[in-house]
Amino acid sequence: MRKLDCDVAVIGAGPAGLAAAARAKTAGAKKVLIIERDREPGGILQQCIHNGFGLHLFKEEFTGPEYAYKFIEESTTAGVKLLLNSMALRIQSDGHIYAINKMLGMLNITAGAIVLAMGCRERNRGAVTIPGSRPSGIFTAGTAQRFVNMEGYLPGRKIVILGSGDVGLIMARRLTWEGAKVIGVYELMPFSNGLTRNMVQCLQDNNIPLHLSHTVTKIHGQERVEAVTVCKVDEQLNPVRETEQIVECDTLLLSVGLIPENELTRDAKIEIDPVTGGPTVTDEMETSLPGVFACGNVVHVHDLVDNVTRESWLAGEGAALYAQGRQVDGGFIATKAGAGVRYVVPHKIRLASLKRKNTTLYLRVLEPDVGVKVELLLAGKVVFSRREQVVRPAEMVSISIPPERIVASATGGLEVRLVKEGERA
Amino acid sequence: MTETHELICIACPVGCRVKAITQGDKIVSIEGNQCKRGEVYVKDEIFRPTRVVTGTVRVRGGALPVLPVKTEEPVPKPSIPAILKEWSQLVVTAPIQFHQVIVADVAGTGVAAIASRPLSKQKADNKTA
Repeated sequence: MRKLDCDVAVIGAGPAGLAAAARAKTAGAKKVLIIERDREPGGILQQCIHNGFGLHLFKEEFTGPEYAYKFIEESTTAGVKLLLNSMALRIQSDGHIYAINKMLGMLNITAGAIVLAMGCRERNRGAVTIPGSRPSGIFTAGTAQRFVNMEGYLPGRKIVILGSGDVGLIMARRLTWEGAKVIGVYELMPFSNGLTRNMVQCLQDNNIPLHLSHTVTKIHGQERVEAVTVCKVDEQLNPVRETEQIVECDTLLLSVGLIPENELTRDAKIEIDPVTGGPTVTDEMETSLPGVFACGNVVHVHDLVDNVTRESWLAGEGAALYAQGRQVDGGFIATKAGAGVRYVVPHKIRLASLKRKNTTLYLRVLEPDVGVKVELLLAGKVVFSRREQVVRPAEMVSISIPPERIVASATGGLEVRLVKEGERA
Repeated sequence: MTETHELICIACPVGCRVKAITQGDKIVSIEGNQCKRGEVYVKDEIFRPTRVVTGTVRVRGGALPVLPVKTEEPVPKPSIPAILKEWSQLVVTAPIQFHQVIVADVAGTGVAAIASRPLSKQKADNKTA
């Protein structure tokens, strides 16, 4: 077995892995290696050919491939090594990674610190259990995106989309522009799961109807999809059978959510947050296994790559410092999702960080709302609060706590909750 | 003659539902927006909506069969179908440089179509550490 060693090993060369690797280099790690299973770096951005990436971080709108190019250039210029066509198979708690490559065979990689940046995977038909036969013509939105944008195939002509996730909305426009007919987007929830920008520029611009509180209850066709049954759902999200309608189509796209890809993480016995589906992390993006960091969609699914990049810089820096034995010591304070909040990342904040720098908390709300305050509570007392005009589950909320704003002891937890403005909790 | 327009502002994530009444090339009233940026967005969106158009063109001899392209600047929304048609008839030859000009003036808009990524000739070789 061939042996390799490095200071920081990054698993995955998508936006998270590239940003973490480049930052690890600038933070002093000498040998930084990215292990990537694809034949080129860039990850999912290479198939996201639409623009709008980087608006928050760079005040400029890049397409996915452009955003990827920027970070590929930056990391290769910084001297990051890329091991392409290589699949990481296992992470050992002592810092060894086993990977396999067709040319090099099995690899045993020793790393001073590891960054997990494996991204996420789409939920598929099995995950949403739609009854009916199993004809061809059922794709996840991301698979269809790869076919159209990288392989040059049109997956169908008459298309129904289930779920209003961003990839589904983007594909509604893309397929229309490639000459297919998108009959409609059906969303189970009473609100859309995509960014407002995509609702306007993908659906409205192309006169594609969005049916909220609707689902697909059956798929028809033996060899190929011939139609789907759609119907309304009630407040408990149960189908209202009387409203069933058959919609003729040859393709069903599923845009029904993403799941962090954590097989390696689970194998290494790293603690997973059941709500996010990703590892629990500190504000330095370190997991429960010392020296193993994580960033991007493997931790929690993001709607904006800008936030992935920000998080990955933290992970890259954390990993570099750990590898050099320069990690800051000291206790942590735990964060907790309170009323109206689905989850908060990071799960733990180092007390020393709260003292010396801005600490960003990312959270998702449970339901859409207007005129709310995000409050941080320490031992039952409000220590920080910020107004939010509108909150939606589809749009991640980030709050930045200035240094020395919170003087915490290691004993109490930091609760994050939503409060309606004008109301007293 | 006045005309009523209902749109969702996308100047920020708030997504205000705006109702605007126009007369000829003037806005008579706007309601629903909560800020000045919304007013600018609504005006542009009604009188001269523009978009950056993204798509693909076919590639001869490339690592991938298609190349992602974009208009270098936002173009008038009504020109989108003509741009897509032009791209659908185009074949380029690999290798392609990052931001290489693919069409100097796409569909008579005066805007160039450029490559969103570099594309090598053969399949990328396995680089080792």
